[in-house]
Amino acid sequence: MKRHLISAGDLSRDDALLILDTAEELAQVSQRSIKKLPTLRGRTVVNLFFEDSTRTRISFEAAAKRLSADVINFSAKGSSVSKGESLKDTALTLQAMGADAVVIRHSASGAPHRLAEWVDGSIVNAGDGTHEHPTQALLDAFSMRRRLGPLDGRRVTIVGDVLHSRVARSNVLLLATLGAQVTLVAPPTLLPVSVGSWPCEISYDLDGVLPKSDVVMMLRVQRERMNAAFFPSAREYSRRYGLDRDRLGRMPDHAVVMHPGPMNRGMEIAAEVADSPRSTIVEQVTNGVTIRMAVLYLLLGGAELEGGAQ
Amino acid sequence: MSDARTRPTTANVSRAVLEGPDIQRALTRIAHEILERTKGAQDVVLLGIPTRGVTLARRIGERVARFEGVTVPSGSIDITMYRDDLRLRPARPLGRTELPADGIDGKIVVLVDDVLFSGRTVRAALDALGDIGRPRAVQLATLVDRGHRELPIRADYVGKNLPTAMSEKVKVYLSETDGRDAVVLIKEEDR
Repeated sequence: MKRHLISAGDLSRDDALLILDTAEELAQVSQRSIKKLPTLRGRTVVNLFFEDSTRTRISFEAAAKRLSADVINFSAKGSSVSKGESLKDTALTLQAMGADAVVIRHSASGAPHRLAEWVDGSIVNAGDGTHEHPTQALLDAFSMRRRLGPLDGRRVTIVGDVLHSRVARSNVLLLATLGAQVTLVAPPTLLPVSVGSWPCEISYDLDGVLPKSDVVMMLRVQRERMNAAFFPSAREYSRRYGLDRDRLGRMPDHAVVMHPGPMNRGMEIAAEVADSPRSTIVEQVTNGVTIRMAVLYLLLGGAELEGGAQ
Repeated sequence: MSDARTRPTTANVSRAVLEGPDIQRALTRIAHEILERTKGAQDVVLLGIPTRGVTLARRIGERVARFEGVTVPSGSIDITMYRDDLRLRPARPLGRTELPADGIDGKIVVLVDDVLFSGRTVRAALDALGDIGRPRAVQLATLVDRGHRELPIRADYVGKNLPTAMSEKVKVYLSETDGRDAVVLIKEEDR
């Protein structure tokens, strides 16, 4: 394992499998009456959230607390950031407080990468702009593996707003590493220019792809980032790219439906599909805590690695 | 364990202390002792510490069942997250924890490990047990007791007491994982 988790692309196949296997063991902890392990006693994890988030922050907080780490939550609202403090000065403050790990969410792509140059602790990217969200990809892969077994050769279809999605990029990179075949389905306006260089296929025809999919992952239409006319209307988007009961019926019987949340019910996913037994949406939240425990354990649980390189 | 700390200037001299039949006999005796001490092994749960303790727990369980026809549940308990030396090495992969369906509350838990040395592994296992449930009693079975305890811990059932020097290593091979049964004492000698 490297010292930081900034991009899903940094993980080798062995690293990724180690995280998933570790999570498999840690999943039992969530079912015990004492949901706590002493492993990270005396270590400090700072949750540095410059962007709104409920589930990711709570998930990291629960994960760190279950490993007995001390957790400091920092959100940009009500902090010195609103007084104009820069990321670097915030980082130096954390450094002075002795943070062993910093979990960062930031609206600027690359913020975790910069932060890694300023603090000694491990950096965990909890979402940076439209760039990456590696722990989401890990929990998605973990949820898929729990339902379907090993991911080699599995066909995963990711549908929706790929352009603004850090989840999509991290998933494509991680799933390729794990040997799955990924197909992106989106309106051409919602695909990034660089998508040709990603290790995946592209399609504009959801109905054609569905019968061949083992997993269909719906992405949220990010209204807060819809600053241009990416598609004519919500209804048209929903008709062409939304997952409703008809489309669910076209998927193979074993196939599962995923969504990273928060959902726009009725937009990219119909309520009855989201609540069907083939949807892993609730499991994904449970698995999120487990996978983040695995990541924090593997980054912080052992000896401090010498030098920043490894 | 696989910590090969051999430097080029040292040679390893190894000697088998227990061969296959010796191990079988030791486990047979331990099974009888468990039956005797627990008056028929009612409510006994065998929990092995990965990796080889799990195999040993299973073998002891089979013997107890064969001798008196009582089924003794056996499982495994991973202690990695409870170790006191985690910070000395990079994070290690976790072993399996598999508890019997009935849990361990009110049971007599017999922890099974291959080698008893400093006692730190057993200390970690006791902490792990405390987070999982509240057994009526906890006992300890080990195939080899090599001495050099660093904590006030002793075994209830011992396959063989093996006096060793601190510099020596004891390695247990079991056919399920290593293709043969043997306990080997490895001496590091300077050339």
